[in-house]
Amino acid sequence: MSEAMAMTEPATAPFLSVRDLEGWYDESHVLHGVDFDVNAGEVVTLLGRNGAGKTTTLRAIMGTLAKRRGSVRFNGRELIDLPPRAIARAGIAFCPEERGIFSSLSVEENLMLPPTVSQGGLSREDVLAMFPNLKERLSSQGTKLSGGEQQMLAIARILRTGAKFLLLDEPTEGLAPVIVQQIGRTLSELKSRGFTIVLVEQNFRFAASIADRHYVVEQGRVIDMIPNEELEANIGKLHAYLGV
Amino acid sequence: MFELLGIPPQALFGQLLLGLINGSFYALLSLGLAVIFGLLNIINFSHGAQYMMGAFVAWMLMTYAGINYWWALLLVPIIVGASGVVIERLMISRLYHLDHLYGLLLTFGLALIIQGLFRNRFGVSGLPYAIPAELTGAQNLGFMFLPNYRGWVVVASVVVCFGTWFAIERTRLGACLRAATENPTLVGAFGINVPRMITLTYGFGVGLAAFAGVLAAPIYSVNPNMGADLIIVVFAVVVIGGMGSILGAIVTGFGLGIVEGLTKVFYPEGSAVVIFVIMALVLLVKPAGLFGRTA
Ligand SMILES: Nc1ncnc2c1ncn2[C@@H]1O[C@H](COP(=O)(O)OP(=O)(O)OP(=O)(O)O)[C@@H](O)[C@H]1O
Ligand SMILES: [Mg+2]
Repeated sequence: MSEAMAMTEPATAPFLSVRDLEGWYDESHVLHGVDFDVNAGEVVTLLGRNGAGKTTTLRAIMGTLAKRRGSVRFNGRELIDLPPRAIARAGIAFCPEERGIFSSLSVEENLMLPPTVSQGGLSREDVLAMFPNLKERLSSQGTKLSGGEQQMLAIARILRTGAKFLLLDEPTEGLAPVIVQQIGRTLSELKSRGFTIVLVEQNFRFAASIADRHYVVEQGRVIDMIPNEELEANIGKLHAYLGV
Repeated sequence: MFELLGIPPQALFGQLLLGLINGSFYALLSLGLAVIFGLLNIINFSHGAQYMMGAFVAWMLMTYAGINYWWALLLVPIIVGASGVVIERLMISRLYHLDHLYGLLLTFGLALIIQGLFRNRFGVSGLPYAIPAELTGAQNLGFMFLPNYRGWVVVASVVVCFGTWFAIERTRLGACLRAATENPTLVGAFGINVPRMITLTYGFGVGLAAFAGVLAAPIYSVNPNMGADLIIVVFAVVVIGGMGSILGAIVTGFGLGIVEGLTKVFYPEGSAVVIFVIMALVLLVKPAGLFGRTA
């Protein structure tokens, strides 16, 4: 019996399970009960209009949103009451929308800043092989990089930590198409290396090229889920959701 | 060469040395203030009192326990720094969610309490602290006599200041500190314990003040007001250098000490105010300070 449990439990429990997640900025109630699941090895997107609550959802998971309520279960552990540093140590890594490159740190220092949270992260060499542009700029000031390079640095530095679960907030925002493609290839490679990714995106064509499933966020709730293979069939519905 | 604008070289070099000594203390103290301000965003008004505590704890170790100057130089920054850690944990940390003004008021109040306690216990006449035997005497440099202890003060200050600069600007720990100064939330989201870093940073800044206090004990008499007198000038130094700039605090500290010394030679009447005049000018021209970053 215990063997049967052991066989069914891990297969059914998602890697991340968000239930009834509510969140506030001071008195302003922004998340009104977000529900979604992410399975190990998946790339899942959060799509939605400006101000829908995608960034806030990531902040609430990461713990950097001070006032939050509900349940965030990750890898069998409840995270909702933990401080951000404990959530990071549990194995979730965060790449913020504003990228968060430190101007008083060199590229190298930015890259090496996040501490290792578990074994099995990419080595410095692996990361630099993945982002060759950064290799030539290691001693530059972090914020002297171009927007695309800063985005790559923001992704690169969280790959070293050993966290296998990545929260990426609009990594393609404001970048040239050729760089968007490069980031797309990188995310596919990360997926093939076993990373699990929650990706916030406005650009659903980009999202469609790498994601397994799409959650639609509207006014602080998840209102729909569309598997990637059904995206074409639901394109009209999606346009309506996103108002494009 | 021997006479500059009618000033005998002995007087010139003598005042330059005095300026360099004062600059050593300005640099150590404004460095501690800058380190604390960078991460905590609090102007540590207790800094002068903590410098005074450094001198007194050195005196107490010597008087009550026979612990000599060299051990004091090591132990006093740890002891007084630990008191800073306690103060940060128990009091300052409760104010981070409020306006910075509250931190300033709290540390100002603490300074008054600490100074009052020491005045009550030890009076204001000042206590003697002997120069360690190894550093008595002087060197004849040809153009002037350099008392060994004063030379040592300058060397010790330069070494500690640049050691601190190196630790902050060139090491991994320093990179964490700089990052947390810019964006503590994100640094926390990487798994780094930012509250602990803030506590230790405050303790370190206070330890620097205490180190300066031990250096000062054999030169100035150990008395409860020694910090209050000095710290006003040091705040001006910090304003001139730019709040939160590490290198700025060091360079401005030494530089203004020298400027003050030169003023004593060329225009003695102005020596007491020259730093404040410079402060006013800098504020008019470059409000963020000479080394400050304009956001
Ligand atoms: N720091 C803040 N303080 C107060 N309200 C905020 C703050 N940040 C966001 N909001 C509000 O919370 C709501 C959700 O914002 P959020 O940033 O999560 O949206 P988003 O889906 O990420 O949008 P975008 O696509 O523009 O990034 C919006 O109404 C926004 O105005
Ligand atoms: Mg957003």
